[in-house]
Amino acid sequence: MVQYIQPHLDASFAALSDPTRRGVLEQLGRADASITDLADRFHMTLTGMKKHVGVLEQAGFVITEKIGRVRTCKLGLRRLEEEAAWIERYRRVWEARFDALDEIVEELKSREKIDERSRG
Amino acid sequence: MNEAEGSEAAPVKNSTKVERTSERELVVTRIVNGPARIVFQAWATPELFKRWWVPKSSGMSLLSCEMDVRTEGKYRLEFGHPSSERTMAFFGRYLEVIPPTRIVWTNEEGDDDGAVTTVTFEEKDGQTLLVLRDLYPSKAALDEAIASGSTSGFVEQFEQLDDLLLALDTGV
Repeated sequence: MVQYIQPHLDASFAALSDPTRRGVLEQLGRADASITDLADRFHMTLTGMKKHVGVLEQAGFVITEKIGRVRTCKLGLRRLEEEAAWIERYRRVWEARFDALDEIVEELKSREKIDERSRG
Repeated sequence: MNEAEGSEAAPVKNSTKVERTSERELVVTRIVNGPARIVFQAWATPELFKRWWVPKSSGMSLLSCEMDVRTEGKYRLEFGHPSSERTMAFFGRYLEVIPPTRIVWTNEEGDDDGAVTTVTFEEKDGQTLLVLRDLYPSKAALDEAIASGSTSGFVEQFEQLDDLLLALDTGV
């Protein structure tokens, strides 16, 4: 999990280092907004706001959804937690399988030893 | 571990690690205490495979297991659970089988967004490093799998079971 979370942390810090982006998060904490709304509110061009939202999206803070011609942004904070929980469940399935596989491998190994002895 | 027949003490279980290595790939790694040919045998022999693929703790049972483990061969697994009459089928094809080092297969039960799974067995000093990669066709496909709680037909059965138990619990 450590290796998995590390790049996310780096991206998170980079995303939060900018005051406009922190403002956008604050704003989205109150209500979902379109990129146009956000651009207006922060007195920016649409292109500039798109870039900021892109950085926040990349870091998992924001998710965007295009409905018709409008791209709506909302907070995506839960995303990382959900993903981490999902990966942990996935890991446990494999862990249970491989622990069971160990038993089969031990069995096959001892069977081979017996065969070797009987061939002696 | 009372079934341990050898003279050695019960071995400590090796850890299973999972990493999302890219936007569309998950990698599982595990060391197995045995040579690659034995690990491969346990993976490629249906009678052995079905004894570990569905761990007892899952409560699931493998109703049928057809595996033609060779390049271009097909597989089909059907699972059941005592509390449900529904069965779940998982199927696909082996894209590449190289004994005892590599098996690649498709997961076709979902839709076009199924992952391609590659497992490799790398032997060193009598142990085998097992590396399993689930490569999804796109970031969206893996994100979607995560969002829906399923993954290339592996976690699905447990997820569905959880849902089922939850539904039974709440009387839905």
